[in-house]
Amino acid sequence: MSIKDLNRSLWVFHVNTGSCNGCDIEIVAALTPRYDAERFGVKLVGTPRHADVLLVTGPVTKDMKDKLKRVYDQTPDPKVVMSIGNCGNSGGCFYESYNIDGPIDKVVPVDVYVAGCPPRPEAIIDGVVKAWKKLEDLEAKK
Amino acid sequence: MMDPLLMNVAMIPAVAVLGIILGLIYKGIDRRLAARMQARIGPPLRQPFIDLKKLMMKENIVPKNAVSWVFNFMPVVALASSLMLLMYIPFLQIPAILAGSGDLIVILYVLIFPSLALVVGGFASGSPYATVGAQREMVAMLSYEVPLAITIVSIAWLMSMTGSIGTAFDLAAVSAANIWSLVGPIGAVGLLLLLVVLIFVTTGEMGAIPVDAAEAETEIAGGLLAEYSGRNLALFYLTSAVKMVALGSLIIALFLPMTPVQLGLVQAGNTGMIANVLCFLAKLFVVVFLSSTFIRVAVARFRITQVVKVYWGYTTLAALLGLLLVGVDILLKVS
Ligand code: SF4
Repeated sequence: MSIKDLNRSLWVFHVNTGSCNGCDIEIVAALTPRYDAERFGVKLVGTPRHADVLLVTGPVTKDMKDKLKRVYDQTPDPKVVMSIGNCGNSGGCFYESYNIDGPIDKVVPVDVYVAGCPPRPEAIIDGVVKAWKKLEDLEAKK
Repeated sequence: MMDPLLMNVAMIPAVAVLGIILGLIYKGIDRRLAARMQARIGPPLRQPFIDLKKLMMKENIVPKNAVSWVFNFMPVVALASSLMLLMYIPFLQIPAILAGSGDLIVILYVLIFPSLALVVGGFASGSPYATVGAQREMVAMLSYEVPLAITIVSIAWLMSMTGSIGTAFDLAAVSAANIWSLVGPIGAVGLLLLLVVLIFVTTGEMGAIPVDAAEAETEIAGGLLAEYSGRNLALFYLTSAVKMVALGSLIIALFLPMTPVQLGLVQAGNTGMIANVLCFLAKLFVVVFLSSTFIRVAVARFRITQVVKVYWGYTTLAALLGLLLVGVDILLKVS
């Protein structure tokens, strides 16, 4: 049993921390027949307990900060956090807003940033591939 | 020659391992086919094995407000009872390891165990989602139990009316008798109805999509399994794989027991054995395809109230109609 098994079976959980829904729809688009992320064993799950990857979208509003932290803690190790969209990466169009506690990497450690407003499904799948690489590096360090 | 008892004990791990591997392979086929039906490419066939290995590697979290020993114990119970179910079912006319008088009734009871373990585990995990899921699973269990019981009873009745009163509830005897040969055309229609009912009950037992309100991941976050992770989740995953094989084989043993050798298509011996195994795998595939893959892709999820209505209403009615037709057939024959 090694990290290799994780590569081919990434179960993703989607956390919306106040995004405009644009990024969320692109995530769903990555699972549709056209892009079919399930080819690589990627599966959308309904609870953080089953997840390997957290797909976080949105700029983290004040209300969602605590919830995002809790979802992160509820996810079993080893795990990867991906920040999808400019909102989550930097604040995007909500940069320096009075009502956000983000961007995401201020709240939880982020491993992969996917840029775009919203990013294309290809970019999201590419991000998942980068996440594999992170896990491989983790394994190499051991 | 080995002592038969010893031989049986030695068979148990073999059947268990075989059941698990077969279950995972069929799960892979199921996922791949479902993907193809949705015009996707789908995961590789060995995906369930990869998933399982991954789950074994992950952290196993026990929530703070869970009853931890029950929470950890129930996955083991679920897997053990589903494996036990496998021991009661004859494959390819070879008598089951635990076969005995009246084992059909035992199977009815053992069938409840894996779902019950899920329910108890769900209640023990202390999460509102899991609790809602557990309640729904109980309701679903109550609903598909009725048509299942009617189906088993009608087969037993058919057996007892056609002369084998003593062995009416023995799965091996039912399987050897080939119930289709016991009825005329009217009864055959009845049996066909019962077969359809049993396949649909299997869908419910496996918690596949139209009747998976208890595990609805989009509304109650995975329901019963919401708090399970890592090794415990892997055990439940295995349970569902084994249960799929067990239920499929039960349907085959009850309704489709004929092997190519018995039908005289191939000679007994090595080729006969291979043909038998292949035929069994094909039959299992058909049952799994109809009860899980096809219906899962074709239909959306029922609400829990609709699950009750579908099972207690339409399915029970269909089962009763089947029973009636079989009964009419028997009475016509007797008089
Ligand atoms: S990055 Fe753009 S599309 Fe995504 S949530 Fe923010 S505003 Fe919406």
